[in-house]
Amino acid sequence: MRIISAKKIQDTVAKLCIQANLFLRSDCLRALKQAYSEETNKRAKLILKAIIDNAAVARKEKIAICQDTGLPVVFLEIGQDVKIAGDLKSAINKGVESGYLKGSLRDSIIKDPILRGRAKYTPAVIHADMVKGDKLKLAVLPKGFGCENKSVLKMFRPTAEIKEIKKFILEAVKNAGADACPPFVIGVGIGGTADYASFLAKKALLKEIKGLSPKGTVPELERKGTVPELERELLSEINKLHIGPMGLGGKTTALAVNIETYPTHIAGLPVAVNISCHALRSASKIL
Amino acid sequence: MKNLKVADTFLLSGVIYTARDQAHKRLAAAIKQGKKLPIDLRGAIIYYCGPTKTPKGKIIGSCGPTTSSRMDEFTPVLLKAGLSAMIGKGSRSKEVRAAIKKYKAVYFLTFAGCGALLSQYVKKAEPVAYRDLGPEAIYKLKVRDFPLIVGIDARGNNIYKEAST
Repeated sequence: MRIISAKKIQDTVAKLCIQANLFLRSDCLRALKQAYSEETNKRAKLILKAIIDNAAVARKEKIAICQDTGLPVVFLEIGQDVKIAGDLKSAINKGVESGYLKGSLRDSIIKDPILRGRAKYTPAVIHADMVKGDKLKLAVLPKGFGCENKSVLKMFRPTAEIKEIKKFILEAVKNAGADACPPFVIGVGIGGTADYASFLAKKALLKEIKGLSPKGTVPELERKGTVPELERELLSEINKLHIGPMGLGGKTTALAVNIETYPTHIAGLPVAVNISCHALRSASKIL
Repeated sequence: MKNLKVADTFLLSGVIYTARDQAHKRLAAAIKQGKKLPIDLRGAIIYYCGPTKTPKGKIIGSCGPTTSSRMDEFTPVLLKAGLSAMIGKGSRSKEVRAAIKKYKAVYFLTFAGCGALLSQYVKKAEPVAYRDLGPEAIYKLKVRDFPLIVGIDARGNNIYKEAST
């Protein structure tokens, strides 16, 4: 048994909240720069430039990338040989609170979803998974609600064709439009149950953005029907929608499509889409 | 401002007021009940924005636009009361477009998801109403060269229609 103190978790969560909100993910920034160099629409280029400049100002001035510092979603991978000394849930929420306070982030969480009321920093949404080993992995993904509001789930028939699933995902992107701050990163969860597919779609946003492979080359792994092939095809079809940055046209509608899958039931095929705005923020650490 | 055309870019210097969901709900209710408003809407510009906390030594925190369509149900009432322009992100309803045309107002877009960058154009910020709403309070902002794109002009022309054709 390896002992990790709740205080250590609290401090780590606090740091991750600040890191995620102030420093744009390097893979996201790289993809934005690539999009900027390939974009031909003048207005789209101007907006992409502002987005890239924004990340630089945030980093330099220590100001949040976006005023919507999100609902903090915390992913835990707890090694089964880890013993946590103290209250884990309270450590996470205390960490979020101190990180958001220290980073001058926004209090956007209201206690009662029906009665509403004054916003606070917490509670976070916590997803915990048990894994082998004696490590604890923490990831914080502050999710803004301009894009979260565009999330969708559909329970397909088990006999559904792949083209139906693609159409559903494309419709979700069209419906997100300008409101969700394109260019997007599209998280897709396929399989499991209704709730698990939604979780996978969110978790998919943690995966590294690879960007498009050079024209004309199809990596060997991307054979027909595989996840990498589906990701590549969807990205290309989404970018033909010409929604563009801020929904004002251009060929940069999405920076990446990330898919996570899980086994499912013989009677169903759940598909969930979770869209991220261009300010895809997350940070992680292994303790 | 009335002469601006859809898709024009524009640098705004002057006073704007932040207001988002809850402030709109209160303003619209106050207008309907004939109560005195906490800010003078006549000729005013509203920015759909709920900034972060202000970091130490800064004028304001991150302050980008929020989704405008959530304010659609309240906007015609505010325009009737004299509001002259709005700043936000995304498209507006048919009713809002018609009201913009009727009252010769303007709907501007600004760089979405660029709250850090936009904070650099804010020279002064103070909460002036509904302080209990925290980030949703109404702030009076003095801006210089704040970057805007005309989304819907005073004749009702819409940038999103133009961009999709």
